[in-house]
Amino acid sequence: MYFYVFKRLTLMIPTLLGAAALVFFLMRLIPGDICTLRLATGGGSINPNVVKACRLELGMDQPLLMQFWFFIKGLITFDFGRSMWTGRPIVEEVGLRFQLSLQVAIMATLTAIALAIPLGTISAVKQNTWIDYLVRAFSIAGVAMPSFWLGILIILAILITSKALFGSPWMPPIKYVPIWVDPVYNLSMLIWPALATGYRYSAVATRMTRSAMLEVLREDYVRTARAKGVFRHLIVRRHALRNALLPVITIIGIEFAFLMGGLVVTEQVFNLNGLGKLFVESVSNQDYTMTQALVMLVVAIFAFTNLVVDVIYAWLDPRIRYHR
Amino acid sequence: MATISHPGGGAAIDQAPPRLSFWQLLWRFSVQNPLGAGGGLVVIVMMIMAIFAEEITRFDPTANNFGDMLTAPNLDYWLGTDQFGRDLYTRIVYGARTALLVGFVSAFAGASIGLILGVASAYFGGLFDLIFQRVMDIVMAFPLVILALAVVSIFGTGAQNVILAITIPFIPRCARVVRSSALAVRETPFIDAARACGFSHTRIVLRHMVPNVMAPYIIMMTAAVGQAILIEASLSFLGLGVQEPTPAWGLMLRGGAQEYAESAPWVAIFPGVAISLAVFGFNLFGDALRDWLDPKMKV
Repeated sequence: MYFYVFKRLTLMIPTLLGAAALVFFLMRLIPGDICTLRLATGGGSINPNVVKACRLELGMDQPLLMQFWFFIKGLITFDFGRSMWTGRPIVEEVGLRFQLSLQVAIMATLTAIALAIPLGTISAVKQNTWIDYLVRAFSIAGVAMPSFWLGILIILAILITSKALFGSPWMPPIKYVPIWVDPVYNLSMLIWPALATGYRYSAVATRMTRSAMLEVLREDYVRTARAKGVFRHLIVRRHALRNALLPVITIIGIEFAFLMGGLVVTEQVFNLNGLGKLFVESVSNQDYTMTQALVMLVVAIFAFTNLVVDVIYAWLDPRIRYHR
Repeated sequence: MATISHPGGGAAIDQAPPRLSFWQLLWRFSVQNPLGAGGGLVVIVMMIMAIFAEEITRFDPTANNFGDMLTAPNLDYWLGTDQFGRDLYTRIVYGARTALLVGFVSAFAGASIGLILGVASAYFGGLFDLIFQRVMDIVMAFPLVILALAVVSIFGTGAQNVILAITIPFIPRCARVVRSSALAVRETPFIDAARACGFSHTRIVLRHMVPNVMAPYIIMMTAAVGQAILIEASLSFLGLGVQEPTPAWGLMLRGGAQEYAESAPWVAIFPGVAISLAVFGFNLFGDALRDWLDPKMKV
């Protein structure tokens, strides 16, 4: 097992290096650079000497391969440098936004679990009844609805209900405050994006729970338990659900990993200053160092979550053992 | 008593069911998969909207009409107008063109490239397979929006670049699935036979292996259409996809829709309904097709 984890961690190195190379060269393929962009905003003609000085300052006069080497060296020593656009340390810039995005991602995951497991289970137990059809329609609709549209609808609903209740429209706060400082304020801001993404996320997990439950409920040991006269709800909870949860955990893990890089649209709708927004800003500002650091962060989270999911899988199911 | 009864009954051949016509087959599919048939209906309606857009609308989808800004739905403007006075119904009908173009082309291209690469990876195995799998890992882990942003920044906005941005992340997903089926095909004797005949690698991959992994390929492709429509809508919503004034559903939800959501909710509601219905239809149809083609892959 330890060897397996070690092997997976070593396999992560080429993935991370490949992603680093991809983002490094992809960013430099974009026409223009941060210096021309920054200086052109004033209008008029650009002084070539100023551009040259700017490039020198940001280390962009070096040969590409040297720049790549500095980038990789920084990654290895966890020294991400400063944002080219704002000049502030990247760790600082990313820190607060990461907190926000991570909180939304975790809350969306909790929403998804709270919806998916009971709904998927009841849908499987009551297969082909109206409850099953209702749950399936609910989950297929969740996959089909774009989360940004759901976000717009939620905002619209908040506006209309608050106006009907209090007479004046209420909007969720815009400024982020950590949850341990003011939980009510924090939640009243972040619960809506978490619901909008969580619903879509739960739809995928509900479908998975249902199909895994259906499979497990047909197993011999479930029939044996039933023949012994075990209560039905005990069979569902103890015998079936525990075994059906394995693929569900995989789906939840993979979706979580995607969410860290995929909150861009939701953050746009709710006007949140999270990782996704930073992503879009740094690419359009051609902020190489910031984009590179963000991509590496998201890719590392993705690879690491996948590893954790596989390890949890083996831990939960003793039949699975990773050899070699 | 030496009569041996045949398990199927002796007269089975005489009683073989008559060959069904296309319409009878369609009827049977619809009765067995009412949801899938419903999805298929949505797909057909979308295609009709895209093909006959000029015939079934009365307004110009791109012309501004400031006399009728943000009109509520009425008999002239069935779904109301947006902040530029453009008829929403017209724009939604024309938007089906963008959605279908992006959906079909990127699903087809992504799945097809994935098919060839996946089969080749399984066939050659060894170092090629290992390296190829790592490359696929990288592309899968790479955030989609960053890829789209980069593609748009390098090549500019527009439908063909959106297609490119959506196709690239589809390739590894399809390649993975196809590769696992192709690994089983590779072990079958007819591949050994083809090799013994001295056929070239290209010929073995294209003529002998690819036709045997068509089921997962078609399944991945149908599943990808709905997703591609959804991603196109998201990219256009972010301003990274199709640009104004081209009618596209995601774009219609950008800007004005949120600003005027309270006073003119129809601007925010109808394009979203169109996206959801389209994806809903393609997903249901794809699910039914999958169950029909490969009962083992039921999810």
